[in-house]
Amino acid sequence: MTAPTSKQQPPQSALNPGFILKKAVISAAVAFVLFSLMIGLRTEAGPTGELIYWTRFGDLAAMVATVFVGSIAIELLRYWWGPVGTDRFVPPAVRNGIATAGRFIAPALLGFTLLVPVIFYDQRYILDLGILVLTYVMLGWGLNVVVGLAGLLDLGYVAFYAVGAYSYALLATSFDLSFWVCLPLAGILAALWGVLLGFPVLRLRGDYLAIVTLAFGEIIRLVIINWQSLTGGPNGVSGIPRPTLFGIPLTAGDDGLAAKLGIEYSPTHRIVFLFYLILALALLTNWVTIRLRRLPIGRAWEALREDEVACRALGINTTTTKLTAFATGAMFGGFAGAFFATRQGFISPESFTFQESALVLAIVVLGGMGSQLGVALSALAMIGGFELFRGLDQYRMLVFGLAMVLIMIWRPRGIIGHRAPTIYLKQSQAISSDLVKEGHG
Amino acid sequence: MDYFAQQLINGLVLGSIYGLIAIGYTMVYGIVGMINFAHGDIFMIGGFIALISFLVLVSFGLTAVPVILLIVLLISMTMTALYGWTVERIAYRPLRHSFRLAPMLSAIGMSFVLTNFSQVAQGARVKPVPPIITGGYTLHEGSGGFIVQLSNIQIVVVITTVVLLAIFTWLVSRTRLGRDMRACEQDQTMAALLGVDVDHTISMTFVIGAALAAVAGMMYLLYYGLVDFFMGFVAGIKAFTAAVLGGIGSLPGAMLGGLLIGLIETLWSAYFSVEYKDVAAFSILIVVLIFLPTGLLGRPEVEKV
Repeated sequence: MTAPTSKQQPPQSALNPGFILKKAVISAAVAFVLFSLMIGLRTEAGPTGELIYWTRFGDLAAMVATVFVGSIAIELLRYWWGPVGTDRFVPPAVRNGIATAGRFIAPALLGFTLLVPVIFYDQRYILDLGILVLTYVMLGWGLNVVVGLAGLLDLGYVAFYAVGAYSYALLATSFDLSFWVCLPLAGILAALWGVLLGFPVLRLRGDYLAIVTLAFGEIIRLVIINWQSLTGGPNGVSGIPRPTLFGIPLTAGDDGLAAKLGIEYSPTHRIVFLFYLILALALLTNWVTIRLRRLPIGRAWEALREDEVACRALGINTTTTKLTAFATGAMFGGFAGAFFATRQGFISPESFTFQESALVLAIVVLGGMGSQLGVALSALAMIGGFELFRGLDQYRMLVFGLAMVLIMIWRPRGIIGHRAPTIYLKQSQAISSDLVKEGHG
Repeated sequence: MDYFAQQLINGLVLGSIYGLIAIGYTMVYGIVGMINFAHGDIFMIGGFIALISFLVLVSFGLTAVPVILLIVLLISMTMTALYGWTVERIAYRPLRHSFRLAPMLSAIGMSFVLTNFSQVAQGARVKPVPPIITGGYTLHEGSGGFIVQLSNIQIVVVITTVVLLAIFTWLVSRTRLGRDMRACEQDQTMAALLGVDVDHTISMTFVIGAALAAVAGMMYLLYYGLVDFFMGFVAGIKAFTAAVLGGIGSLPGAMLGGLLIGLIETLWSAYFSVEYKDVAAFSILIVVLIFLPTGLLGRPEVEKV
């Protein structure tokens, strides 16, 4: 490896300590003003209900110092890294190596996932975490159809997740239907809601659509909270039946799976079953997406994402194209919701807040819109990261927001660019984003 | 009738607050063409800063209410404006020429940052303040014993809003900055060619929007007597609804939309159900966008390739 990499590239401009220092001082001054009241003073309702406050000048000083040092560090990094957007020279050997490695990532990951219940059979925590990650992988892949392929910014994806979850919960608890009957029903109902919402609003431009879907998500949540006679309101629905293996329950009883197979019953069986169930659902999502992408409709979605006006000029019916993307995404959201309900056994509106939508959206965006592998990796990183920082509960959303901003600045097209992930690994962008943004003068 | 009149007053007061926030949305959308998703949280920050500076001033022994209010207003406007400036500088400016979803996503991230920043910095519990402005006038005493009241705080909210709007209108229509802003709204490249500092103008747009949101935050604090870290979200969506209803990009439209949303929400709560008031507001957003995408006072958007 003697080929020059980006690190040895000569910098475009000389290092200017005065400028960096000046910038850092200004940043620190701004930070001081911003944080002076919000961090320097802490308010809280006292025992008598009256507000009291105390000072935290130490924290304030620490924050300002952090900003000062951070600002210098960023400037140095920028100097070292060169201007954003420069094409870096990567030797073909390295590029090919990466490409070959990249081809094996997905199968390796899949193989490992299949083996997780075998390797970690005794570690319930890891299995639960795996189920959680796979749920988000599935949600991410579902939303990827809408955001990644069709380019429609959906901020209310959680609404379809909620519709799916509540459909299953209510159908199963009131009509005693089995999970396997309810699963398609939940998907269909969610898709129906997707169409219902989509019909009127899909004519809207990108940002308007985002806000409308956000409003829709909130409406669904508020209706669930307030329609107490149907949904149980804030108390949620409990006693949701567990899934069965096509009619055979995974219980300790005589008709349970363990008894039928003649092995000793263990509660882990159910967890393992759930793990493979969500894995199968997620892979179904992935498979359908990949297949659809090769069909005319999938091509139309991607064309739509790149340029809507050109699409219309070419005679593509944009409304139906958007609608199918919306309904497909919603359907997978509904499936995931039904799975969520059966896994938890209890659902309440609290699980379906805007934060959830934003989390799934962030998974899709950070993974690189349109890239299936990227979405899976970013779901793993994100949910795994959330688990790692479980102790720092209140900070994790803060970090999450910051990460979203930083990744947008650093790599607007996501960690892994879309379609052909490995090509973009060491390159900033093959296509300038100016060329592909929607034409608005 | 008396009941209706009372709700009308309440609705107009609430609408003034929404209108002040909506102006920030509409200005930014007009110039940059993006929805500043973090604007609702800027409003929340404004409320917090007003609350904290109020506490500090009281503990310093200031007692004259008008003086306190004026100082709090100035502190809150200045500091929140700086928040607006910082948000634009960090999260939006680097994305000025990125692909179209990027600023929106960055704005959502920023909204999370602001919400959780104030949760971490100031705690999750609701912060109540005792009523600062008390008293009021009885406008009309009905036969059924129902009294139509106009409280002093309502008067303060409405007068502050009107005065600020006057200043703001003057700023946009008569000053150099306002002219630059209108120029940037029409054509950024051309404005830049003609010597307008586009970056500076956009920054100032965020600063002004944030300052107005801070006023709204302070009025909210005075009117409802509480702030919490999550109040920016719902208020933000409603204010955005107001901006859309009035026609996004149109400044009088934002105020008109704000008043209408305030009225609709109040009347809905009064005559139908309080539980579904947010549903009503959000449904209006959807209905308006479907049937009246340009809003009441907006210009139709010309699609350019």
